[in-house]
Amino acid sequence: MSITLDINGTRREFDGDPQTPLLWVIREELGLTGTKYGCGIAQCGACTVHVDGQTLRSCSAPVSAVAGRPVTTIEGVSSRTAKAVQKAWVDLDVVQCGYCQSGQIMSAIVLLEQKPKPSDTDIDRAMAGNICRCATYQRIRAAIHAASSQLAG
Amino acid sequence: MSSMKAGLIAIVLAGTLAPFAGAEDLRAPESFASIADRSERSRALFVEAGRVLQHPRCLNCHPVGERPTQGNDSHPHSPLVVRGADDKGAIAMRCATCHQDANYEQSGVPGHPLWHVAPKSMAWQTKSLGQICEQIKDPKRNGGKTLAAIQEHMAQDSLVGWGWKPGGNREPAPGTQAQLGALIAAWIETGAACPKS
Repeated sequence: MSITLDINGTRREFDGDPQTPLLWVIREELGLTGTKYGCGIAQCGACTVHVDGQTLRSCSAPVSAVAGRPVTTIEGVSSRTAKAVQKAWVDLDVVQCGYCQSGQIMSAIVLLEQKPKPSDTDIDRAMAGNICRCATYQRIRAAIHAASSQLAG
Repeated sequence: MSSMKAGLIAIVLAGTLAPFAGAEDLRAPESFASIADRSERSRALFVEAGRVLQHPRCLNCHPVGERPTQGNDSHPHSPLVVRGADDKGAIAMRCATCHQDANYEQSGVPGHPLWHVAPKSMAWQTKSLGQICEQIKDPKRNGGKTLAAIQEHMAQDSLVGWGWKPGGNREPAPGTQAQLGALIAAWIETGAACPKS
C-alpha cells in the first residue's frame, strides 16, 4: 500500500514496507542525503528531522508514522530562525568534519523556535542527543547563543 | 544435521529466548486466603503486587530526580534526557523525538503513544515498598486518584500495560496486567494495608 508523505512541502508517495525507517526513505528513495545515518538506534542524533515542528530521529521511526504529517529535512529548512542558525554556524566556523552537523542544526532550530533566549542548561538539554565526535560542543553552544542574539536584534 | 550442529542451534536459541524466561507468574488473590488476619492478608497482597511495581519495567520511568533510567540494572537513560516541564522531555529532546507509538524493532527503541515519565510526586525509585504503598494511596501524591481509580489505572492503563509487552529483549513485568489488577482489587477489598517497610 502506498504511503503519502509531505516532505519539505512536497507530496511524495512511498510504495514499500510501512515499517521501513523514515531515514531510508528520505535518503534512498527521495535522494535527500543531507540527513545522515549515524547509529541507527536513536543514540547519536545525526538523522534528526522535523515532524510537526518537533525533532524526530528518522532512523527510529517507521515511515508509516509520518504519513500525511509535515516532515522537514535539512534541505527544507528556511525559516528566519533557520537562517540565523546557518549564519551563526558559518560565522563561528562551528563545523569540523561536519557529519553530525545537519542533525545538530535541526535540533538547534527547534530549540530556538520554542525558546528564543535559551540558557546554557536549555542548550545542553536540547542538544544532549546530538553527538559530535569532533567535540564541537563549545562552538555549537556559542553559535546557538549567537543565533539567539541575532534573532532578538 | 550433525548432533554437534543441533546442539549449537539449541544453545543459540536458548540464549535468544533467555530474556523472556525470567517472566514469572503472579500469585492469584485466592492463594492468600489462608492468611486469617485481614490486614496481614492485605499487606501480603500488596507485597505480591510489589513484584510488578518494583520491576525495572515500571521503576525506570518512576525516577526520583529529573532523569529516567533504563535496562534491568536501571542505569541512567542514554542519551541524557530530562523530564522537562510536562514529564515528556526537554525542548528539542522530547520523549517522542525517539519513542514512537509502538515498539520499533528496527532500532530497538520501545514505544507507546503516551510515553512519558511519571510525575515527581509518583517517584518510586529508592523508596521501600511500604513507602510506595503509602504514596499510591495519598491523593496529594497520586494525582488525586481514589483507590478505585488506582485499581483501574493498574489494571487498564495502556502505558502500564506496556510493561508486559516491552519488545526487544526486555524482560516483561511478572504475570499479566489482569493478574496485577486482581491483586490490587483484593488489596483494596482487604483494607489497602501497607507493608511496614
